[in-house]
Amino acid sequence: MNPQVVSLVLGRLGVAVITLVIVSFIVFAATEMLPGDIAQILLGQAATPEAVAGLREAMHLNDPAILRFLRWLGGLLQGDLGKSYANNMPVADLIGGRLANTLKLAAVTSMFAVPVALFLGITTAMYRGSLYDRAVNTLVVGVISVPEFMIATLAVLVFAVWLHWLPALSFTGDTTTLMGLLKAYAMPVITLSFVISAQMIRMTRAAVVETLKMPYAEMTLLKGASKPRIVLRHALPNAIGPIVNAVALSLSYLLGGVIIVETVFNYPGIAKLMVDAVSTRDLPLIQTCAMIFCLGYLILITIADVIAIVSNPRLRK
Amino acid sequence: MASSSLSRGLLGYRVNAVGLVASAVILFWLFIALFGGQFTPYPPGEIVDFDYFGPMSGQYWLGTDYLGRDMLSRILMGARYTVGISVAAVLISCFLGVVLGMMAAVIGGWLDTCLSRFLDALNSIPSKLFGLVVVAGIGSSIPVLIGVLAVIYTPGAYRFARALAVNISTMDFVTVARARGERTPYLITQEVLPNILGPVLTDMGLRFVFIVLLLSGLSFLGLGVQPPNADWGSLVRENIGGLSFGAPAVIMPSIAIATLTIAVNLLIDNLPVRIRDRSE
Repeated sequence: MNPQVVSLVLGRLGVAVITLVIVSFIVFAATEMLPGDIAQILLGQAATPEAVAGLREAMHLNDPAILRFLRWLGGLLQGDLGKSYANNMPVADLIGGRLANTLKLAAVTSMFAVPVALFLGITTAMYRGSLYDRAVNTLVVGVISVPEFMIATLAVLVFAVWLHWLPALSFTGDTTTLMGLLKAYAMPVITLSFVISAQMIRMTRAAVVETLKMPYAEMTLLKGASKPRIVLRHALPNAIGPIVNAVALSLSYLLGGVIIVETVFNYPGIAKLMVDAVSTRDLPLIQTCAMIFCLGYLILITIADVIAIVSNPRLRK
Repeated sequence: MASSSLSRGLLGYRVNAVGLVASAVILFWLFIALFGGQFTPYPPGEIVDFDYFGPMSGQYWLGTDYLGRDMLSRILMGARYTVGISVAAVLISCFLGVVLGMMAAVIGGWLDTCLSRFLDALNSIPSKLFGLVVVAGIGSSIPVLIGVLAVIYTPGAYRFARALAVNISTMDFVTVARARGERTPYLITQEVLPNILGPVLTDMGLRFVFIVLLLSGLSFLGLGVQPPNADWGSLVRENIGGLSFGAPAVIMPSIAIATLTIAVNLLIDNLPVRIRDRSE
Protein backbone atom coordinates (compact mmCIF):
# COMPACT_ATOMS: atom_id res chain seq x y z
CA MET A 1 0.00 0.00 0.00
CA ASN A 2 1.14 3.45 -0.89
CA PRO A 3 1.70 5.53 2.30
CA GLN A 4 -0.09 8.46 0.65
CA VAL A 5 -3.20 6.32 0.14
CA VAL A 6 -3.06 5.12 3.74
CA SER A 7 -2.85 8.64 5.11
CA LEU A 8 -5.68 9.84 2.84
CA VAL A 9 -7.92 6.95 3.91
CA LEU A 10 -7.10 7.48 7.60
CA GLY A 11 -7.83 11.19 7.16
CA ARG A 12 -11.18 10.35 5.59
CA LEU A 13 -12.05 8.01 8.48
CA GLY A 14 -11.08 10.74 10.96
CA VAL A 15 -13.40 13.18 9.18
CA ALA A 16 -16.18 10.57 9.40
CA VAL A 17 -15.75 10.27 13.18
CA ILE A 18 -15.73 14.07 13.66
CA THR A 19 -18.82 14.31 11.45
CA LEU A 20 -20.57 11.66 13.53
CA VAL A 21 -19.97 13.69 16.71
CA ILE A 22 -21.33 16.88 15.06
CA VAL A 23 -24.30 14.91 13.72
CA SER A 24 -25.06 13.44 17.15
CA PHE A 25 -25.01 16.96 18.55
CA ILE A 26 -27.44 18.17 15.86
CA VAL A 27 -29.77 15.20 16.45
CA PHE A 28 -29.72 15.85 20.19
CA ALA A 29 -30.37 19.57 19.70
CA ALA A 30 -33.23 18.94 17.27
CA THR A 31 -35.02 16.54 19.61
CA GLU A 32 -34.43 18.94 22.52
CA MET A 33 -36.68 21.40 20.71
CA LEU A 34 -39.70 19.10 21.09
CA PRO A 35 -42.25 21.08 23.08
CA GLY A 36 -43.71 19.98 26.41
CA ASP A 37 -42.29 18.86 29.76
CA ILE A 38 -41.41 15.17 29.50
CA ALA A 39 -41.91 14.44 33.22
CA GLN A 40 -45.38 16.01 33.06
CA ILE A 41 -46.27 13.99 29.95
CA LEU A 42 -45.03 10.73 31.51
CA LEU A 43 -46.96 11.15 34.73
CA GLY A 44 -50.15 12.36 33.09
CA GLN A 45 -52.58 15.14 33.98
CA ALA A 46 -53.26 14.06 37.59
CA ALA A 47 -49.64 14.17 38.80
CA THR A 48 -48.77 16.35 41.78
CA PRO A 49 -46.15 19.05 41.22
CA GLU A 50 -43.89 17.26 43.73
CA ALA A 51 -44.02 14.03 41.76
CA VAL A 52 -43.19 15.88 38.55
CA ALA A 53 -40.29 17.66 40.24
CA GLY A 54 -39.06 14.34 41.64
CA LEU A 55 -39.16 12.64 38.27
CA ARG A 56 -37.41 15.59 36.65
CA GLU A 57 -34.67 15.19 39.25
CA ALA A 58 -34.46 11.41 38.72
CA MET A 59 -34.22 11.81 34.92
CA HIS A 60 -31.57 14.54 35.27
CA LEU A 61 -33.83 16.89 33.30
CA ASN A 62 -32.70 19.86 35.39
CA ASP A 63 -29.08 19.48 34.35
CA PRO A 64 -27.68 21.77 31.66
CA ALA A 65 -28.21 20.50 28.11
CA ILE A 66 -24.49 19.92 27.51
CA LEU A 67 -24.27 17.53 30.51
CA ARG A 68 -27.31 15.60 29.32
CA PHE A 69 -25.79 15.45 25.84
CA LEU A 70 -22.54 14.00 27.17
CA ARG A 71 -24.41 11.51 29.37
CA TRP A 72 -26.54 10.42 26.39
CA LEU A 73 -23.48 10.08 24.15
CA GLY A 74 -21.66 8.10 26.85
CA GLY A 75 -24.67 5.79 27.18
CA LEU A 76 -24.77 5.27 23.42
CA LEU A 77 -21.10 4.27 23.38
CA GLN A 78 -21.71 1.69 26.11
CA GLY A 79 -24.71 0.27 24.28
CA ASP A 80 -27.22 1.85 26.67
CA LEU A 81 -29.84 3.34 24.37
CA GLY A 82 -32.18 4.54 27.11
CA LYS A 83 -35.82 3.74 27.73
CA SER A 84 -38.77 4.56 25.51
CA TYR A 85 -41.01 7.24 27.06
CA ALA A 86 -44.12 5.82 25.45
CA ASN A 87 -44.12 2.29 26.89
CA ASN A 88 -41.13 2.25 29.25
CA MET A 89 -39.37 -0.53 27.35
CA PRO A 90 -35.64 -0.41 26.67
CA VAL A 91 -35.07 1.19 23.26
CA ALA A 92 -32.70 -1.63 22.35
CA ASP A 93 -35.52 -4.19 22.65
CA LEU A 94 -37.87 -2.09 20.53
CA ILE A 95 -35.30 -1.57 17.82
CA GLY A 96 -33.72 -5.04 17.60
CA GLY A 97 -36.30 -6.90 15.49
CA ARG A 98 -37.29 -3.80 13.53
CA LEU A 99 -33.70 -3.10 12.50
CA ALA A 100 -33.34 -6.69 11.29
CA ASN A 101 -36.51 -6.26 9.18
CA THR A 102 -35.23 -3.05 7.59
CA LEU A 103 -31.82 -4.56 6.90
CA LYS A 104 -33.53 -7.57 5.32
CA LEU A 105 -35.52 -5.25 3.06
CA ALA A 106 -32.39 -3.30 2.16
CA ALA A 107 -30.41 -6.48 1.45
CA VAL A 108 -33.08 -8.02 -0.77
CA THR A 109 -33.44 -4.72 -2.65
CA SER A 110 -29.69 -4.38 -3.19
CA MET A 111 -29.37 -7.98 -4.37
CA PHE A 112 -32.06 -7.28 -6.90
CA ALA A 113 -31.31 -3.69 -7.93
CA VAL A 114 -27.49 -3.59 -8.12
CA PRO A 115 -27.01 -6.21 -10.88
CA VAL A 116 -29.90 -4.82 -12.93
CA ALA A 117 -28.68 -1.23 -12.57
CA LEU A 118 -25.09 -2.14 -13.44
CA PHE A 119 -26.23 -4.08 -16.50
CA LEU A 120 -28.42 -1.20 -17.71
CA GLY A 121 -25.78 1.44 -16.92
CA ILE A 122 -22.99 -0.38 -18.77
CA THR A 123 -25.07 -1.39 -21.78
CA THR A 124 -26.54 2.10 -22.22
CA ALA A 125 -23.00 3.50 -22.21
CA MET A 126 -22.03 0.83 -24.74
CA TYR A 127 -24.82 1.77 -27.13
CA ARG A 128 -24.82 5.48 -26.39
CA GLY A 129 -27.27 7.49 -28.48
CA SER A 130 -29.25 4.43 -29.59
CA LEU A 131 -32.98 4.11 -29.18
CA TYR A 132 -32.39 1.71 -26.24
CA ASP A 133 -30.13 4.25 -24.52
CA ARG A 134 -32.66 7.05 -24.97
CA ALA A 135 -35.56 4.91 -23.74
CA VAL A 136 -33.70 3.90 -20.57
CA ASN A 137 -32.55 7.48 -20.01
CA THR A 138 -36.07 8.86 -20.31
CA LEU A 139 -37.29 6.32 -17.77
CA VAL A 140 -34.41 7.18 -15.43
CA VAL A 141 -35.07 10.94 -15.60
CA GLY A 142 -38.75 10.19 -14.97
CA VAL A 143 -38.00 8.12 -11.87
CA ILE A 144 -35.50 10.66 -10.50
CA SER A 145 -37.98 13.50 -11.00
CA VAL A 146 -40.87 12.08 -8.99
CA PRO A 147 -41.20 11.62 -5.22
CA GLU A 148 -40.71 8.10 -3.82
CA PHE A 149 -44.30 7.86 -2.62
CA MET A 150 -45.47 8.31 -6.18
CA ILE A 151 -43.46 5.30 -7.36
CA ALA A 152 -45.00 3.36 -4.47
CA THR A 153 -48.53 4.43 -5.39
CA LEU A 154 -47.87 3.67 -9.06
CA ALA A 155 -46.63 0.19 -8.12
CA VAL A 156 -49.80 -0.41 -6.10
CA LEU A 157 -51.92 0.91 -8.95
CA VAL A 158 -50.30 -1.32 -11.56
CA PHE A 159 -49.63 -4.56 -9.67
CA ALA A 160 -52.49 -4.59 -7.17
CA VAL A 161 -55.33 -2.60 -8.73
CA TRP A 162 -55.00 -3.29 -12.44
CA LEU A 163 -53.18 -6.61 -12.63
CA HIS A 164 -54.33 -8.09 -9.26
CA TRP A 165 -50.99 -9.88 -8.90
CA LEU A 166 -50.05 -8.65 -5.45
CA PRO A 167 -51.79 -7.43 -2.30
CA ALA A 168 -51.82 -3.63 -1.85
CA LEU A 169 -50.51 -3.80 1.72
CA SER A 170 -47.42 -5.61 2.89
CA PHE A 171 -47.57 -8.19 5.69
CA THR A 172 -51.30 -8.65 5.78
CA GLY A 173 -51.36 -12.07 4.13
CA ASP A 174 -49.54 -15.11 5.41
CA THR A 175 -45.76 -15.19 5.15
CA THR A 176 -45.39 -18.87 5.99
CA THR A 177 -45.32 -20.14 2.42
CA LEU A 178 -42.64 -19.12 -0.04
CA MET A 179 -45.20 -17.63 -2.37
CA GLY A 180 -46.74 -15.57 0.43
CA LEU A 181 -43.33 -14.32 1.49
CA LEU A 182 -42.46 -13.33 -2.06
CA LYS A 183 -45.75 -11.48 -2.40
CA ALA A 184 -45.24 -9.62 0.88
CA TYR A 185 -41.77 -8.46 -0.09
CA ALA A 186 -42.46 -7.80 -3.76
CA MET A 187 -44.06 -4.38 -3.58
CA PRO A 188 -41.62 -2.63 -1.19
CA VAL A 189 -38.68 -4.19 -3.02
CA ILE A 190 -39.95 -3.13 -6.45
CA THR A 191 -40.48 0.44 -5.25
CA LEU A 192 -37.11 0.75 -3.53
CA SER A 193 -35.34 -0.86 -6.48
CA PHE A 194 -36.71 1.79 -8.81
CA VAL A 195 -35.60 4.57 -6.47
CA ILE A 196 -32.00 3.41 -6.07
CA SER A 197 -31.38 1.94 -9.51
CA ALA A 198 -32.27 5.20 -11.27
CA GLN A 199 -29.35 6.96 -9.57
CA MET A 200 -27.09 3.96 -10.06
CA ILE A 201 -27.82 3.66 -13.79
CA ARG A 202 -27.15 7.36 -14.30
CA MET A 203 -23.85 7.35 -12.42
CA THR A 204 -22.60 4.05 -13.86
CA ARG A 205 -23.34 5.25 -17.38
CA ALA A 206 -21.55 8.55 -16.71
CA ALA A 207 -18.49 6.71 -15.34
CA VAL A 208 -18.21 4.43 -18.38
CA VAL A 209 -18.84 7.29 -20.83
CA GLU A 210 -16.13 9.33 -19.10
CA THR A 211 -13.66 6.47 -19.51
CA LEU A 212 -14.59 6.05 -23.16
CA LYS A 213 -13.48 9.64 -23.80
CA MET A 214 -9.87 8.74 -22.90
CA PRO A 215 -7.35 8.63 -25.74
CA TYR A 216 -6.60 4.93 -25.19
CA ALA A 217 -10.28 4.08 -25.64
CA GLU A 218 -10.29 6.03 -28.90
CA MET A 219 -7.19 4.09 -29.91
CA THR A 220 -9.00 0.75 -29.47
CA LEU A 221 -11.78 2.10 -31.68
CA LEU A 222 -9.25 3.01 -34.37
CA LYS A 223 -7.78 -0.48 -34.12
CA GLY A 224 -11.22 -1.79 -35.04
CA ALA A 225 -12.31 -3.38 -31.79
CA SER A 226 -16.04 -4.03 -31.46
CA LYS A 227 -18.16 -1.93 -29.09
CA PRO A 228 -18.67 -4.67 -26.48
CA ARG A 229 -14.93 -5.38 -26.59
CA ILE A 230 -13.98 -1.70 -26.13
CA VAL A 231 -16.33 -1.29 -23.20
CA LEU A 232 -15.93 -4.64 -21.44
CA ARG A 233 -12.19 -5.28 -21.98
CA HIS A 234 -10.72 -1.80 -22.11
CA ALA A 235 -12.99 0.75 -20.46
CA LEU A 236 -14.64 -1.24 -17.68
CA PRO A 237 -11.53 -2.19 -15.65
CA ASN A 238 -10.65 1.50 -15.40
CA ALA A 239 -14.19 2.55 -14.55
CA ILE A 240 -14.54 0.05 -11.66
CA GLY A 241 -13.57 2.61 -9.01
CA PRO A 242 -16.14 5.25 -10.00
CA ILE A 243 -18.77 2.54 -10.49
CA VAL A 244 -18.32 1.03 -7.00
CA ASN A 245 -18.35 4.59 -5.69
CA ALA A 246 -21.66 5.14 -7.52
CA VAL A 247 -23.12 1.93 -6.08
CA ALA A 248 -22.26 2.93 -2.49
CA LEU A 249 -23.68 6.42 -3.03
CA SER A 250 -26.89 5.07 -4.55
CA LEU A 251 -27.36 2.66 -1.67
CA SER A 252 -27.44 5.69 0.62
CA TYR A 253 -30.66 6.65 -1.19
CA LEU A 254 -32.15 3.55 0.40
CA LEU A 255 -32.38 5.49 3.66
CA GLY A 256 -34.63 8.19 2.28
CA GLY A 257 -36.65 5.70 0.27
CA VAL A 258 -37.13 3.33 3.16
CA ILE A 259 -38.86 6.00 5.29
CA ILE A 260 -41.56 6.48 2.65
CA VAL A 261 -41.83 2.85 1.57
CA GLU A 262 -42.22 1.45 5.09
CA THR A 263 -44.94 4.02 5.78
CA VAL A 264 -46.83 3.35 2.56
CA PHE A 265 -46.70 -0.43 2.80
CA ASN A 266 -46.97 -0.65 6.57
CA TYR A 267 -43.72 -2.60 6.73
CA PRO A 268 -42.61 -3.25 10.35
CA GLY A 269 -39.14 -1.75 10.01
CA ILE A 270 -37.12 0.85 11.85
CA ALA A 271 -38.25 3.77 9.68
CA LYS A 272 -41.90 3.04 10.46
CA LEU A 273 -40.93 2.82 14.13
CA MET A 274 -39.34 6.24 13.89
CA VAL A 275 -42.27 7.87 12.09
CA ASP A 276 -44.54 6.47 14.82
CA ALA A 277 -42.15 7.68 17.51
CA VAL A 278 -42.31 11.16 16.00
CA SER A 279 -46.08 11.19 16.35
CA THR A 280 -45.93 10.04 20.02
CA ARG A 281 -42.96 12.39 20.72
CA ASP A 282 -40.89 9.52 22.09
CA LEU A 283 -37.52 11.25 22.43
CA PRO A 284 -35.04 8.44 23.19
CA LEU A 285 -36.52 6.33 20.42
CA ILE A 286 -36.31 9.18 17.86
CA GLN A 287 -32.73 9.96 18.87
CA THR A 288 -31.61 6.37 18.56
CA CYS A 289 -33.37 5.80 15.22
CA ALA A 290 -31.94 9.05 13.87
CA MET A 291 -28.44 8.04 14.99
CA ILE A 292 -28.80 4.62 13.35
CA PHE A 293 -29.87 6.26 10.10
CA CYS A 294 -27.06 8.81 10.17
CA LEU A 295 -24.54 6.08 11.01
CA GLY A 296 -25.69 3.94 8.08
CA TYR A 297 -25.58 6.94 5.76
CA LEU A 298 -22.11 7.98 6.96
CA ILE A 299 -20.75 4.43 6.59
CA LEU A 300 -22.00 4.26 3.01
CA ILE A 301 -20.65 7.65 1.92
CA THR A 302 -17.34 7.01 3.71
CA ILE A 303 -17.01 3.67 1.89
CA ALA A 304 -17.73 5.52 -1.36
CA ASP A 305 -15.04 8.12 -0.65
CA VAL A 306 -12.46 5.55 0.46
CA ILE A 307 -13.05 3.54 -2.71
CA ALA A 308 -12.68 6.70 -4.77
CA ILE A 309 -9.31 7.35 -3.09
CA VAL A 310 -8.04 3.79 -3.37
CA SER A 311 -9.08 3.40 -7.01
CA ASN A 312 -7.44 6.65 -8.11
CA PRO A 313 -4.75 5.42 -10.50
CA ARG A 314 -2.56 8.45 -9.83
CA LEU A 315 -2.10 7.21 -6.25
CA ARG A 316 -1.13 3.66 -7.31
CA LYS A 317 2.41 2.45 -7.38
CA MET B 1 -10.52 22.42 -29.26
CA ALA B 2 -11.55 23.62 -32.71
CA SER B 3 -14.42 21.15 -32.88
CA SER B 4 -15.77 22.08 -29.46
CA SER B 5 -15.80 25.81 -30.23
CA LEU B 6 -17.54 25.05 -33.52
CA SER B 7 -20.31 23.06 -31.85
CA ARG B 8 -20.72 25.80 -29.29
CA GLY B 9 -21.07 28.35 -32.06
CA LEU B 10 -23.77 26.23 -33.70
CA LEU B 11 -25.65 25.79 -30.45
CA GLY B 12 -25.47 29.43 -29.45
CA TYR B 13 -28.16 30.27 -26.95
CA ARG B 14 -30.94 28.53 -28.83
CA VAL B 15 -33.09 26.20 -26.77
CA ASN B 16 -34.40 23.12 -28.56
CA ALA B 17 -38.02 21.96 -28.85
CA VAL B 18 -38.01 19.81 -25.70
CA GLY B 19 -36.58 22.72 -23.74
CA LEU B 20 -39.30 25.03 -25.08
CA VAL B 21 -42.10 22.62 -24.11
CA ALA B 22 -40.52 22.19 -20.66
CA SER B 23 -40.29 25.94 -20.09
CA ALA B 24 -43.92 26.32 -21.22
CA VAL B 25 -44.97 23.79 -18.55
CA ILE B 26 -42.91 25.60 -15.90
CA LEU B 27 -44.40 28.98 -16.86
CA PHE B 28 -47.87 27.43 -16.76
CA TRP B 29 -47.40 26.23 -13.16
CA LEU B 30 -45.84 29.55 -12.12
CA PHE B 31 -48.89 31.32 -13.56
CA ILE B 32 -51.23 28.93 -11.71
CA ALA B 33 -49.31 29.43 -8.48
CA LEU B 34 -49.70 33.20 -8.79
CA PHE B 35 -53.21 33.50 -10.20
CA GLY B 36 -54.71 30.00 -9.78
CA GLY B 37 -57.02 31.24 -7.03
CA GLN B 38 -58.94 33.27 -9.65
CA PHE B 39 -59.92 30.22 -11.68
CA THR B 40 -61.17 27.78 -9.07
CA PRO B 41 -64.63 26.62 -10.19
CA TYR B 42 -65.66 25.96 -6.56
CA PRO B 43 -64.28 27.16 -3.19
CA PRO B 44 -61.44 24.67 -2.52
CA GLY B 45 -62.53 23.93 1.07
CA GLU B 46 -66.21 23.42 0.34
CA ILE B 47 -67.92 20.04 0.05
CA VAL B 48 -69.75 20.21 -3.26
CA ASP B 49 -70.48 16.57 -4.10
CA PHE B 50 -72.50 14.11 -2.02
CA ASP B 51 -70.44 11.29 -3.42
CA TYR B 52 -66.79 10.92 -2.39
CA PHE B 53 -63.90 9.98 -4.73
CA GLY B 54 -66.13 11.00 -7.63
CA PRO B 55 -64.90 10.28 -11.16
CA MET B 56 -63.95 12.93 -13.70
CA SER B 57 -67.07 14.55 -15.10
CA GLY B 58 -68.23 17.69 -16.88
CA GLN B 59 -69.23 19.17 -13.56
CA TYR B 60 -66.07 18.18 -11.64
CA TRP B 61 -63.28 18.09 -14.21
CA LEU B 62 -60.80 16.20 -12.04
CA GLY B 63 -63.31 14.37 -9.86
CA THR B 64 -63.88 14.91 -6.15
CA ASP B 65 -61.81 14.02 -3.09
CA TYR B 66 -62.45 11.88 0.02
CA LEU B 67 -64.91 14.44 1.41
CA GLY B 68 -66.53 15.32 -1.91
CA ARG B 69 -64.54 18.51 -2.51
CA ASP B 70 -63.68 19.60 -6.06
CA MET B 71 -60.21 18.31 -6.99
CA LEU B 72 -59.50 20.87 -9.72
CA SER B 73 -59.98 23.75 -7.26
CA ARG B 74 -57.82 22.03 -4.65
CA ILE B 75 -54.99 21.36 -7.10
CA LEU B 76 -55.10 24.96 -8.36
CA MET B 77 -54.81 26.18 -4.77
CA GLY B 78 -52.20 23.54 -3.91
CA ALA B 79 -49.90 24.93 -6.60
CA ARG B 80 -49.57 28.05 -4.48
CA TYR B 81 -48.12 26.08 -1.54
CA THR B 82 -45.94 23.62 -3.47
CA VAL B 83 -44.44 26.19 -5.85
CA GLY B 84 -44.41 29.09 -3.37
CA ILE B 85 -42.68 27.28 -0.50
CA SER B 86 -40.18 25.62 -2.85
CA VAL B 87 -39.30 28.88 -4.61
CA ALA B 88 -38.83 30.69 -1.30
CA ALA B 89 -36.68 27.86 0.09
CA VAL B 90 -34.55 27.57 -3.04
CA LEU B 91 -33.94 31.33 -3.15
CA ILE B 92 -32.81 31.40 0.49
CA SER B 93 -30.62 28.30 0.28
CA CYS B 94 -28.95 29.34 -2.98
CA PHE B 95 -28.41 32.92 -1.80
CA LEU B 96 -26.81 31.72 1.46
CA GLY B 97 -24.87 28.92 -0.21
CA VAL B 98 -23.52 31.05 -3.04
CA VAL B 99 -22.56 34.05 -0.87
CA LEU B 100 -20.85 31.84 1.74
CA GLY B 101 -19.22 29.73 -0.98
CA MET B 102 -17.76 32.76 -2.75
CA MET B 103 -16.59 34.24 0.55
CA ALA B 104 -14.91 30.98 1.51
CA ALA B 105 -13.18 30.78 -1.87
CA VAL B 106 -12.07 34.43 -1.99
CA ILE B 107 -11.05 34.82 1.67
CA GLY B 108 -9.83 31.25 2.24
CA GLY B 109 -7.94 30.31 5.41
CA TRP B 110 -9.72 29.33 8.60
CA LEU B 111 -13.07 30.71 7.45
CA ASP B 112 -13.02 28.31 4.51
CA THR B 113 -12.01 25.34 6.70
CA CYS B 114 -14.60 25.96 9.43
CA LEU B 115 -17.47 26.60 7.00
CA SER B 116 -16.63 23.58 4.89
CA ARG B 117 -16.35 21.21 7.86
CA PHE B 118 -19.60 22.38 9.45
CA LEU B 119 -21.62 22.35 6.23
CA ASP B 120 -20.22 18.93 5.27
CA ALA B 121 -21.40 17.57 8.61
CA LEU B 122 -24.84 19.06 8.00
CA ASN B 123 -24.80 17.45 4.58
CA SER B 124 -24.18 13.98 6.02
CA ILE B 125 -27.60 13.88 7.67
CA PRO B 126 -30.08 12.28 5.27
CA SER B 127 -32.35 15.12 4.15
CA LYS B 128 -35.65 13.35 4.78
CA LEU B 129 -34.59 12.36 8.29
CA PHE B 130 -33.48 15.88 9.16
CA GLY B 131 -36.76 17.32 7.90
CA LEU B 132 -38.72 14.67 9.80
CA VAL B 133 -37.02 15.30 13.15
CA VAL B 134 -37.00 19.10 13.01
CA VAL B 135 -40.53 19.52 11.70
CA ALA B 136 -41.80 17.04 14.29
CA GLY B 137 -39.86 18.95 16.94
CA ILE B 138 -40.99 22.51 16.39
CA GLY B 139 -44.28 21.80 14.65
CA SER B 140 -45.14 22.40 11.05
CA SER B 141 -45.96 25.82 9.69
CA ILE B 142 -45.11 27.44 6.40
CA PRO B 143 -42.19 29.58 7.71
CA VAL B 144 -40.75 26.52 9.52
CA LEU B 145 -41.01 24.43 6.34
CA ILE B 146 -39.27 27.12 4.28
CA GLY B 147 -36.55 27.44 6.90
CA VAL B 148 -35.94 23.70 7.23
CA LEU B 149 -35.85 23.13 3.47
CA ALA B 150 -33.48 26.09 3.05
CA VAL B 151 -31.13 24.78 5.77
CA ILE B 152 -31.12 21.27 4.28
CA TYR B 153 -30.13 22.44 0.81
CA THR B 154 -27.69 25.23 1.73
CA PRO B 155 -24.65 22.90 2.14
CA GLY B 156 -25.08 21.53 -1.38
CA ALA B 157 -25.36 25.01 -2.89
CA TYR B 158 -22.32 26.09 -0.85
CA ARG B 159 -20.20 23.16 -1.99
CA PHE B 160 -21.13 23.74 -5.64
CA ALA B 161 -20.55 27.51 -5.59
CA ARG B 162 -17.30 27.17 -3.64
CA ALA B 163 -15.86 24.66 -6.10
CA LEU B 164 -16.62 27.01 -9.00
CA ALA B 165 -15.42 30.13 -7.18
CA VAL B 166 -12.13 28.51 -6.16
CA ASN B 167 -11.30 28.00 -9.85
CA ILE B 168 -12.18 31.61 -10.68
CA SER B 169 -10.38 33.19 -7.74
CA THR B 170 -7.01 31.79 -8.88
CA MET B 171 -7.33 33.49 -12.28
CA ASP B 172 -5.17 36.43 -13.25
CA PHE B 173 -7.92 39.03 -13.39
CA VAL B 174 -8.83 38.33 -9.77
CA THR B 175 -5.18 38.59 -8.74
CA VAL B 176 -4.99 41.91 -10.59
CA ALA B 177 -8.09 43.16 -8.80
CA ARG B 178 -6.60 42.07 -5.48
CA ALA B 179 -3.36 43.89 -6.31
CA ARG B 180 -5.43 46.99 -7.12
CA GLY B 181 -6.58 46.82 -3.51
CA GLU B 182 -10.22 45.89 -4.12
CA ARG B 183 -12.15 44.62 -1.10
CA THR B 184 -13.91 41.28 -0.69
CA PRO B 185 -17.45 42.53 -1.52
CA TYR B 186 -16.18 43.99 -4.79
CA LEU B 187 -14.23 40.84 -5.65
CA ILE B 188 -17.29 38.69 -4.97
CA THR B 189 -19.89 40.71 -6.84
CA GLN B 190 -17.84 42.10 -9.72
CA GLU B 191 -15.16 39.51 -10.45
CA VAL B 192 -16.38 36.08 -9.28
CA LEU B 193 -20.17 36.14 -9.47
CA PRO B 194 -20.54 37.06 -13.18
CA ASN B 195 -18.27 34.14 -14.07
CA ILE B 196 -20.17 31.48 -12.15
CA LEU B 197 -23.71 32.76 -12.70
CA GLY B 198 -24.75 30.31 -15.44
CA PRO B 199 -23.85 27.09 -13.61
CA VAL B 200 -25.19 28.50 -10.34
CA LEU B 201 -28.59 29.17 -11.93
CA THR B 202 -28.63 25.65 -13.37
CA ASP B 203 -27.78 24.23 -9.96
CA MET B 204 -30.63 26.30 -8.51
CA GLY B 205 -33.05 24.58 -10.90
CA LEU B 206 -31.88 21.12 -9.77
CA ARG B 207 -32.10 22.15 -6.14
CA PHE B 208 -35.67 23.37 -6.78
CA VAL B 209 -36.58 19.86 -7.94
CA PHE B 210 -35.03 18.30 -4.81
CA ILE B 211 -36.95 20.75 -2.62
CA VAL B 212 -40.28 20.04 -4.35
CA LEU B 213 -39.66 16.31 -3.89
CA LEU B 214 -38.71 16.63 -0.21
CA LEU B 215 -41.63 18.97 0.53
CA SER B 216 -44.04 16.56 -1.13
CA GLY B 217 -42.48 13.67 0.81
CA LEU B 218 -42.86 15.49 4.13
CA SER B 219 -46.44 16.46 3.30
CA PHE B 220 -47.11 12.86 2.36
CA LEU B 221 -45.91 11.79 5.83
CA GLY B 222 -48.28 14.36 7.33
CA LEU B 223 -45.49 16.75 8.39
CA GLY B 224 -45.78 19.30 5.61
CA VAL B 225 -48.52 21.82 4.90
CA GLN B 226 -51.26 21.27 7.48
CA PRO B 227 -55.03 20.98 6.84
CA PRO B 228 -57.27 22.75 5.92
CA ASN B 229 -54.61 23.98 3.48
CA ALA B 230 -53.00 21.39 1.27
CA ASP B 231 -50.08 21.28 -1.13
CA TRP B 232 -49.87 18.56 -3.75
CA GLY B 233 -48.13 16.11 -1.39
CA SER B 234 -50.87 16.55 1.22
CA LEU B 235 -53.51 16.03 -1.47
CA VAL B 236 -52.01 12.63 -2.26
CA ARG B 237 -51.91 11.76 1.45
CA GLU B 238 -55.51 12.82 2.05
CA ASN B 239 -56.82 10.77 -0.81
CA ILE B 240 -54.58 7.71 -0.52
CA GLY B 241 -57.69 5.73 0.46
CA GLY B 242 -58.92 6.11 -3.11
CA LEU B 243 -55.84 4.37 -4.45
CA SER B 244 -57.29 0.86 -4.37
CA PHE B 245 -59.92 1.86 -6.92
CA GLY B 246 -57.76 4.26 -8.89
CA ALA B 247 -59.60 7.50 -7.99
CA PRO B 248 -58.50 10.60 -9.93
CA ALA B 249 -58.15 12.36 -6.56
CA VAL B 250 -54.92 10.39 -5.95
CA ILE B 251 -53.62 10.37 -9.50
CA MET B 252 -54.12 14.03 -10.43
CA PRO B 253 -51.99 15.71 -7.73
CA SER B 254 -49.28 13.12 -8.44
CA ILE B 255 -49.36 14.09 -12.10
CA ALA B 256 -49.12 17.77 -11.11
CA ILE B 257 -45.92 17.11 -9.11
CA ALA B 258 -44.45 14.94 -11.84
CA THR B 259 -45.08 17.44 -14.67
CA LEU B 260 -43.44 20.25 -12.69
CA THR B 261 -40.31 18.33 -11.65
CA ILE B 262 -39.84 16.52 -14.96
CA ALA B 263 -40.23 19.84 -16.83
CA VAL B 264 -37.51 21.50 -14.73
CA ASN B 265 -35.17 18.51 -15.22
CA LEU B 266 -35.81 18.43 -18.97
CA LEU B 267 -35.27 22.18 -19.33
CA ILE B 268 -31.92 21.90 -17.55
CA ASP B 269 -30.87 18.89 -19.63
CA ASN B 270 -31.68 20.80 -22.81
CA LEU B 271 -30.08 24.12 -21.91
CA PRO B 272 -27.27 25.18 -24.24
CA VAL B 273 -23.93 23.73 -23.11
CA ARG B 274 -22.54 27.23 -22.73
CA ILE B 275 -24.90 28.03 -19.87
CA ARG B 276 -24.77 24.79 -17.95
CA ASP B 277 -21.21 23.62 -18.48
CA ARG B 278 -19.68 23.36 -15.04
CA SER B 279 -16.03 23.09 -15.94
CA GLU B 280 -15.64 26.38 -17.75
